[in-house]
Amino acid sequence: MNIAAKLPSRRKIAGSVIYHVLVAGFALVMLYPLLWMFASSFKPSEEVFRTVTSLIPSRIELDNFVRGWKGFGGTTFTTFYANSLFYAGMATVLSVGASSIVAYGFSRIKFAGRGFWFACMLMTLMLPVQVTIIPQYVAFVNLLELRNSFLPLLLPRMGGQAFFIFMIMQFIRGIPKELDEAAEIDGCGRFGIFFRIILPLIQPALITAAIFSFYWTWEDFLGPLIYLNAPQQYTVSLALRAFSDPSAGTDWGAIFAMSSVSLVPVFLIFIFFQRYLVQGISTTGLKG
Amino acid sequence: MATVAIPSASKAARRARTLRNNLSGYLFIGPWLLAFLLFTAAPMVTSLYFSFTNYDVFTAPQWAGLSNFETMFTKDGRYWKAVQATLTFVFTAIPLRLVVALGLAMLLKAGRRGDGIYRAAYYAPSIVGGSVAVAVMWRQVFGTQGIINAISAIFGLPAITFLGDPNWAIWTLVALAVWQFGSPMLIFLAGLKNIPTEFYEAASIDGAGPIRKFITITLPLLSPVILFNLIMQIISGFMVFTQAFIVTGGAPLDTTLFYALYIYRRAFENFQMGYASALAWVLMLVIGIFAAVVFKTSSGWVFYENKDGN
Repeated sequence: MNIAAKLPSRRKIAGSVIYHVLVAGFALVMLYPLLWMFASSFKPSEEVFRTVTSLIPSRIELDNFVRGWKGFGGTTFTTFYANSLFYAGMATVLSVGASSIVAYGFSRIKFAGRGFWFACMLMTLMLPVQVTIIPQYVAFVNLLELRNSFLPLLLPRMGGQAFFIFMIMQFIRGIPKELDEAAEIDGCGRFGIFFRIILPLIQPALITAAIFSFYWTWEDFLGPLIYLNAPQQYTVSLALRAFSDPSAGTDWGAIFAMSSVSLVPVFLIFIFFQRYLVQGISTTGLKG
Repeated sequence: MATVAIPSASKAARRARTLRNNLSGYLFIGPWLLAFLLFTAAPMVTSLYFSFTNYDVFTAPQWAGLSNFETMFTKDGRYWKAVQATLTFVFTAIPLRLVVALGLAMLLKAGRRGDGIYRAAYYAPSIVGGSVAVAVMWRQVFGTQGIINAISAIFGLPAITFLGDPNWAIWTLVALAVWQFGSPMLIFLAGLKNIPTEFYEAASIDGAGPIRKFITITLPLLSPVILFNLIMQIISGFMVFTQAFIVTGGAPLDTTLFYALYIYRRAFENFQMGYASALAWVLMLVIGIFAAVVFKTSSGWVFYENKDGN
């Protein structure tokens, strides 16, 4: 028996155990607040803060979800959810669709002023929304009287979003130009090349952009806060805020239940499309 | 670049081609260009104009010269509170978040068994971090009866009213921000994977330890990624709104009155659109200056191994 050969392997095992204990322990600390929120949504309301460190409810209180779903002022979470799905869905279709068209224009067509407009687009990445939101509000609400409408939230997305345009451009850059040229020789115009050659090839980038767009719109708060004032138009974010207002809400079981429910689409997408998320962030450094 | 090389193309044919390219180029970027002019450029100009006026939305804007800026810098105590809160947040939360992100990226870069799950667990807070649900939850985590106080009670420590104590409140928001280190971590991980392993092997042969390897190989080769993360994070740090709005609402004593929150209050609660526009323009200039400073100094510390470094 060769002891010398055995020693390092034992050390390796010990190292690996320490590694997993540390990394998994820290992961648990990181996830703890979220787990606590989910666990609390199943606890009877009076138990939420009595057994605050426990993740296991004394009994499963599904009534939290029933009470929470009723919402407030006669408007239920069915409405809030439908509003959020509509807003996030429309915004995503608009901005990803437009972004892909614009990205193709910027990356494959050489036109006068391209450099200038591209620089303008990149600059908008650094622009605080606060600079544009006030005149937008004045124009939409005071001049066009678009109160309690989703239009002010959706219209600005019709040109795509700089983040997505940039990300899709990076992707298009990886597609050999010879493909475009071959298609052109075959008689394809610009639109033909875009729809038949480029669009099918950039699908992964489109999925990534769609996920981020959905996430950001789903959790968007400032926009709805400014433009949507009637509970019938509230998104889930607005409803949660009204529902959990410290002066009004004390039904913590229901509040946590609805908080958890509001994150369900986010986690479902995360579980099924994690690969696209990681790729998207890694290749372009998008913020998540 | 001409897609098909036609050596004997006449001038007219080339001109026709340029024209066609210009037309189709503007057709493709048209949606963006239109939205940019309507929803970014025009509002920016309008916002600049508003910043020199008193405007309450209900009556026409009245020219006020530089008085908004004068008020801001010399008379408005809350403005300086907002500046202080924002700078405190940006200069603590952003470095901490990047350090944690880099540390975990270093741990996970070897790609051991189970690292996919860890990566997902560390990233999960980032995907929900901006939501109202998490902000609501965070308020309770740091509440007087919250988890943090419950745990400190186990160790016999006195309860702290984190959200009501001017010395503590902002740190709950810093903690919330640091908790969301997932995106920069993933960016660091991608950057670390691009560093050739031969460098580390050569350093090992020369007898370099892990710390030396980190300082002489990892940091310089990762510096373009660090620069990128730093700029993106500083920009987003200056614009934090939802978390402050929900968790603390700017209280106590305006110690968490983040700049974006202050603009919102002035614009949409007090309807001082002129003053709020002035605030917004100053924010934009400050962000621009910060980004420029980071860029300018970066030539001293960012190391580009090849031109496609980042």
